[in-house]
Amino acid sequence: MDVLGRYRNLIVLVGVLFAQVLGLAVQVKRTTDSEPTRLIRIWAVGAVAPLEKVLVWVQTSTGNVWHNYFYLRGVRAENRNLKQQIEQMRLEQVRMSQDADQARRLQALLAFKEQFISQTMAAQVIGSSGSEQSRSVYIDKGEHDGLKPDMAVITADGIVGKVLLVYRSTSLVLLINDHSSGVGAILDKTRLQGILRGTPAGEVVIEKVMSDETVPADEMVLTSGGDGIFPKGLLVGRVTKVAPGSELFLNIHVRPAADLSKLEEVLVVTKIDERQAQSERAGAARAVDILAERLPTVPSKPENAVKADDPRGITPGTAAPKGTGADAKPKTVPPEASAASGAPAARKTASSAPSPAFSSGTVPDTSSGNAVTATGDPAIKASPKPEKAKPTTTIAPKPQPAVEDSPH
Amino acid sequence: MAITYTSGAQVEVYRFSIPATILIPLTAVFLQAWLPSRFPFFTIFDLPLLVTIGFATARRSPLAGLVTGGLIGILQDALTHHPIGLYGISKTVVGFGASSLGIKLDVEHAGARFLLTIVFYAVHEVVYFMISRGLVGLRMAWNWPHEVLSGVANAMLGVLVFMVLDRVKQRT
Repeated sequence: MDVLGRYRNLIVLVGVLFAQVLGLAVQVKRTTDSEPTRLIRIWAVGAVAPLEKVLVWVQTSTGNVWHNYFYLRGVRAENRNLKQQIEQMRLEQVRMSQDADQARRLQALLAFKEQFISQTMAAQVIGSSGSEQSRSVYIDKGEHDGLKPDMAVITADGIVGKVLLVYRSTSLVLLINDHSSGVGAILDKTRLQGILRGTPAGEVVIEKVMSDETVPADEMVLTSGGDGIFPKGLLVGRVTKVAPGSELFLNIHVRPAADLSKLEEVLVVTKIDERQAQSERAGAARAVDILAERLPTVPSKPENAVKADDPRGITPGTAAPKGTGADAKPKTVPPEASAASGAPAARKTASSAPSPAFSSGTVPDTSSGNAVTATGDPAIKASPKPEKAKPTTTIAPKPQPAVEDSPH
Repeated sequence: MAITYTSGAQVEVYRFSIPATILIPLTAVFLQAWLPSRFPFFTIFDLPLLVTIGFATARRSPLAGLVTGGLIGILQDALTHHPIGLYGISKTVVGFGASSLGIKLDVEHAGARFLLTIVFYAVHEVVYFMISRGLVGLRMAWNWPHEVLSGVANAMLGVLVFMVLDRVKQRT
């Protein structure tokens, strides 16, 4: 008893520390199980979050009053500048929509499924975790608003993080520069894939890129979609430094596009649609056709000149792939291969009629025109330049009656 | 008879009212969570730690110090996504140490408070680092320049925080 009395404080200290260590051990063991959030977290967030929301509301209201009623200097000039910017952006948008259209058609040919952000929810950042070791922020939307864990959080500038914990009307967002964060990333030009992680110092690096790869500076980094949280193609940031990392990998430092230290409003991606890209073209939709549209225009040969030029005639028994979606596959015409092996050039028919119309010396000039079969369907186009024989996937076009068939 | 600083009769013990005991730590945790979202540089400070040291050195009771530190730390942990107990353990140790030292030393002087805060900030960071890496397995990096700068910054802010606490503490 005398010992207990003398060392009472120390005993209590050891007891309290032991209890907390025990609590830590229980938590760490259970991190892999999916469990409801612990009560202490709910109480703490419930105590702090309402105050934060009120403060942010006061701040925003005051700012709005100032900006909307008092700070009107230069509004007219700003309006003029913004209108000019809008005009430029419209022109840019037209160009981009053409590019997007082309990309969709190409994807359709390759049967890729695209992920589209179909629904987002705006949220305001009301606070942070307050710790340098935990880089996360609180937003003012929660379970009541339909948020769920693992939803992507983005801004107009780039990705920000993902929803980690959801409470009634608040959520905790883990930022991409936290050391427990991980995002699938891909470099824009080199198409190298890696994992984007935060560091204890709050920086962002890409790991798991082999050290023998070349990474140019200032390259754009996009999401690869491989993590299942962020749709593919969202902007992450730009490469600032490439350094040797651990083992055989590089350490690629990235400057995030979104300013993670000054977040005020964010968008939570609440719905992602996954669908196969639809080609908007009817009829022949080969990759070479689509890409040929981007080449300098060559006047298309008149239809009746095609047969006259080609001594062997185009095999009309082969129908062009009328492809949308999965049926259409890209093909290339390997004239050398056909000349060498006598194998069918770039197409096979369902009726397995002997092939090809083309030999190396007699490729008709169909650089951009369509060869028309007897049925009037556009048939295979030949590439005007000899190409290396590439492995091609075959299309099973509709069976057509063989009209003419020229052997080699 | 010379009166030494180690004489128990010389050390004044203070207490805080119940509203102050509850509101001051809550305010500290709230400000620590809210201010960095508006002023990013504020993450370098640890307001709850300064309040823990201030309470501990004023009360000069190791029991009260460790309980206060533990509770403040657990509340701070609850706002992060890490397991609860990291800050709890660190601040329990700091609360116990600061109050034990407060019995022996005069901590009313600004210079003493500055040094005391630097020392206990370092203790806090070392304990946190050891628990995080050793027990929980988190990826932590120790950055000497950053820690020294943070220690000095926290010590300077601590002097101001203790001045605020001086106004609300009551003699026993």
